[in-house]
Amino acid sequence: MSGVVIVGAGQAGFQVAVSLRAGKFDGPITLIGDEPLLPYNRPPLSKGFLMGKEGEDDLPFRPASFYEDHRVRMLMGRRAVELRRAGRVVILDSGEPVAYDHLVLATGARVRPITSEAMDGLLYLRTVEDAQQCKRLMEPSDSMIAIGAGFIGLEAAAVAVAFGKRVTVVAAEDRPMSRVVSPMVSDRFLTLHRRHGVEVLMDEMVDRIEAGLRVHLKSGKVLEAPLIIAGIGVIPNVELAQTSGLASANGITVDEYLRTSDEAVFAIGDCANLNGLRLESVQTAVDQARCVAAAIVGKARAYNAVPWFWTDQYECKLQIAGVPSNCTQFVARGDSIYGFRADDTLGSVESINRPVDHIQARKLLETKVPLKPSEAADPGFDVKALTRNRPV
Amino acid sequence: MPSITFKTHDNSATRQVDVPIGTSVMQGAIKNGVDGIIAECGGNCMCATCHVYVDPAWLAKLEPASDTEDAMLESTAAERLPNSRLSCQIKVTAALDGLIVTTPDSQY
Repeated sequence: MSGVVIVGAGQAGFQVAVSLRAGKFDGPITLIGDEPLLPYNRPPLSKGFLMGKEGEDDLPFRPASFYEDHRVRMLMGRRAVELRRAGRVVILDSGEPVAYDHLVLATGARVRPITSEAMDGLLYLRTVEDAQQCKRLMEPSDSMIAIGAGFIGLEAAAVAVAFGKRVTVVAAEDRPMSRVVSPMVSDRFLTLHRRHGVEVLMDEMVDRIEAGLRVHLKSGKVLEAPLIIAGIGVIPNVELAQTSGLASANGITVDEYLRTSDEAVFAIGDCANLNGLRLESVQTAVDQARCVAAAIVGKARAYNAVPWFWTDQYECKLQIAGVPSNCTQFVARGDSIYGFRADDTLGSVESINRPVDHIQARKLLETKVPLKPSEAADPGFDVKALTRNRPV
Repeated sequence: MPSITFKTHDNSATRQVDVPIGTSVMQGAIKNGVDGIIAECGGNCMCATCHVYVDPAWLAKLEPASDTEDAMLESTAAERLPNSRLSCQIKVTAALDGLIVTTPDSQY
């Protein structure tokens, strides 16, 4: 028995190993990761870790002894370079073959570069190494430019502001976090950043970056700072799947059981595309990992988890349940924004410092209890009563 | 350093670990690889996979659960009992030296 081989040791890959053992899977498990560190928690990298509130020791999910105790063969700092599906074997960069019965591709994503040139002071934020470099360079810099107004760029901007830096955010989108939040939430965060003294330039395309660093915008404006953090999105790592003939389109294509076109091969997390949707989040990584582990131990069930995300910027925690970009109508209920799809069903709830609303929202979305836009808009309507005594 | 004991729900295993003051009971479990605590959200009080049952003798020594924790406790996989807490929300203090918690049979 060759067992389960997991390519990618991020949140998704790690969770497959954990859930397999929790599900009493007794066969061999091999986890292959191209970073040298044991699997670690990425969200703090642009938040508490960058801020200095958490150290490197706080990041790993589990100590080394955990993998020994649970018989997970850890191949860290190793890259899978080829997938030979006919022989059910993965080839490592060292040339070593690793055979599998089930293969889980949890290869994640890599940062989208803003320029092909490497430049001093131009950084990205994906790995612990990136974050350490950001910390080092942020300290002596008096100013910083964030390119991109997604979670990464805005979280980094908020940290830099806390350290007293002069911060400019420049983005091609017309509003902050436009890919993931409603226009109402974008507005609130735009105001938030400006109130903290950040210069936010939306609808601005970068023309070129000059060493030094100077950012030339297509509008003719020129920005200057010793440090740039670029967060303009990621590219899913589909190469291993693609070169072995598996279907992919903005991620490796999977069915509702998270299987690729080869039934021995699953794909999960940032690298997987289910029904045209590829979500980059802790929740997707973890819930898809659990779903695959269940399938491997013979308890297959379709994946249908409600997505949730969060971001911390300044004093604001934004928690999102559901997918706002699927919604066409948004209703504000205090500091929570309820999003409705074209058919008037609830599609998302975005909550700012309203964790209780967020948790209720996840229940509403999971149980599919109907809530009308007019009810959400009515401050006297008891939303909590809808899900009372309905555990998820 | 305060010592915290984690028991499994069926009493089949016990782990005693030293946890630094100021960190959480969840962090103590994770850093020592204690089984039965998942903590998928990393301590953000967003997932309810670090659910524990606090030994009744210790319950009164804890700060009460916040509204957020209370709401999240409604979503635990194992039954919520009066001594249910999320271990990421229990801050370790000198007064908690000797704390005993039991992990549930399932976190999801």
